[in-house]
Amino acid sequence: MRYTQETGEILQKKEIAPGIYDITVNLPKIAKAASVGQFVNIYCGGFTLRRPISLCGFDQKLGTVRLVFEVRGEGTKCLAEYSAGDMLDVVGPLGHGFSMTDSAKKAVIVGGGIGTPPLLPVAEFYRQNAVVITGFRTASAAILQQDFAAAGAKTILCTDDGSAGYHGFTTQAFEEYLNEKGCDIIYTCGPRAMMKGVAKLALERGIDCQVSLEERMGCGVGACMCCVCATKGKKGMQYSRVCLNGPVFSASEVDWDV
Amino acid sequence: MSDMSVTICGVTLKNPVIAASGTFGYGMEYNEFYPISRLGGVSCKGTTLKERLGNPPPRIAETCAGILNSVGLQNPGLDSFISTYLPWLKKQDTAVIANIAGSTVEEYCEIAERLSGTDVDIIELNISCPNVKQGGVSFGTSCESVAKVTSEVKKRSAKPVMVKLTPNVTDIGDIAKAAEDAGADALSLINTITGMRIDIKTRRPVLRNNTGGLSGPAVFPVAVRMVHEVYKRVNIPVVGMGGITKWEDAAEMMIAGASAVQVGTANFRDPFACIRIIEGLERFAASLGLKSIAELTGTVLEW
Repeated sequence: MRYTQETGEILQKKEIAPGIYDITVNLPKIAKAASVGQFVNIYCGGFTLRRPISLCGFDQKLGTVRLVFEVRGEGTKCLAEYSAGDMLDVVGPLGHGFSMTDSAKKAVIVGGGIGTPPLLPVAEFYRQNAVVITGFRTASAAILQQDFAAAGAKTILCTDDGSAGYHGFTTQAFEEYLNEKGCDIIYTCGPRAMMKGVAKLALERGIDCQVSLEERMGCGVGACMCCVCATKGKKGMQYSRVCLNGPVFSASEVDWDV
Repeated sequence: MSDMSVTICGVTLKNPVIAASGTFGYGMEYNEFYPISRLGGVSCKGTTLKERLGNPPPRIAETCAGILNSVGLQNPGLDSFISTYLPWLKKQDTAVIANIAGSTVEEYCEIAERLSGTDVDIIELNISCPNVKQGGVSFGTSCESVAKVTSEVKKRSAKPVMVKLTPNVTDIGDIAKAAEDAGADALSLINTITGMRIDIKTRRPVLRNNTGGLSGPAVFPVAVRMVHEVYKRVNIPVVGMGGITKWEDAAEMMIAGASAVQVGTANFRDPFACIRIIEGLERFAASLGLKSIAELTGTVLEW
């Protein structure tokens, strides 16, 4: 049995930025089976669908899973009302995650907004060989900067309004960094427009790039064909399942023009 | 313990719970939660003659007590179904229901004919998909077209044919009767109810297809009413579905007239939904001292 439904206690809960929550949940079976870039599907009261949230971290020894999510709609609003001590019904670990083989490679990690959390374990793998370029609307919305620094990665913070760090989009900062230093591998997660920009630069320069996509999801396990994204198949454009074939895809297999 | 098996169109299911088409793939994914041999049957993802891409995303929107979907029959086509999925599924010791969809009557017939030489147990004629431009629900909304496609497929199929009905009609009883008169061996209902959601900020429909099919607990009372109406009009078995989420719903559906039930959307929230429903029905049947779960079917005491 590859999938587990597990109910575990919320051990810690913090609001790390307005409307963004960081929870640690006791889920030993899921933590044990998890790999970087995967997600879990969470039940929150009364809704027909679970909420897919990517793993910001997992500790196989402690049997815990860390999730960072933003209140976006009714479901995540409900999830934000859970407190430490409450039990959470979680299915996971799900999906195809990031591939990380050689920590000596120079990695550039580009995250936008709430797309940043699943990239933290990637930085923890590459440590001092990772450069993390993350972008947020404004300084108060910035998250996980200390966590990335604690992993040993160099961080470049960007804000749309210039209230902290680089004034501009991550894609601009990323291009400047590439021109100056170059890299061996790229990981990205965030708004589609940002990932499309990152993917374009990576493809132009022939650098391996992995993207973590998002789509409105049904079953979360590959059965219902709801959460598809356009990819390049042998016979032309095809729809792949974000929940099963992804969420992580190679930038070169995604059909960005659809 | 009561005998949990039920027989529909000559096929015995070990229990009356079937995973519903379109929510369960070919069973492989849910087999990673529990052995799908515990199910009465699996109704496979709608299969077309050729591979279908499906509709562009987003394909799903949540609603109050339900979901809208507009997948549009994305599937790898009949050849892949027969060569890849069916052999695996036949090894799982559960009844295999092949749900088929075509753009023309001839396509339905061709698929049915080719499946006649395979190990599928029942063919479920999907004349009720609301998310494709050609075929699908357009076959299911008039008595004449239902009769036509049913009788033509019956001529070419060596397998029992169960016709899956759409609720998007004026009189479901008339449609059911037309299918029975045309030779249907069983009926299954309801497919989804056509619906729409709009994002009030962008004024765009949430679904890229604009409209989709509503399923989940929201449609359950509609399904119970329709199953009951159909049960009273026909003499062939009725498989009830639409919003069944817990064993009590399944029992209610059987009391309304269903010989078996299908469970779909509930799998998304609770991947073990089918198992919990089977176990609940077992306890319920035992508590009533039933010899067979089939004794529940159609026992509603109408006012």
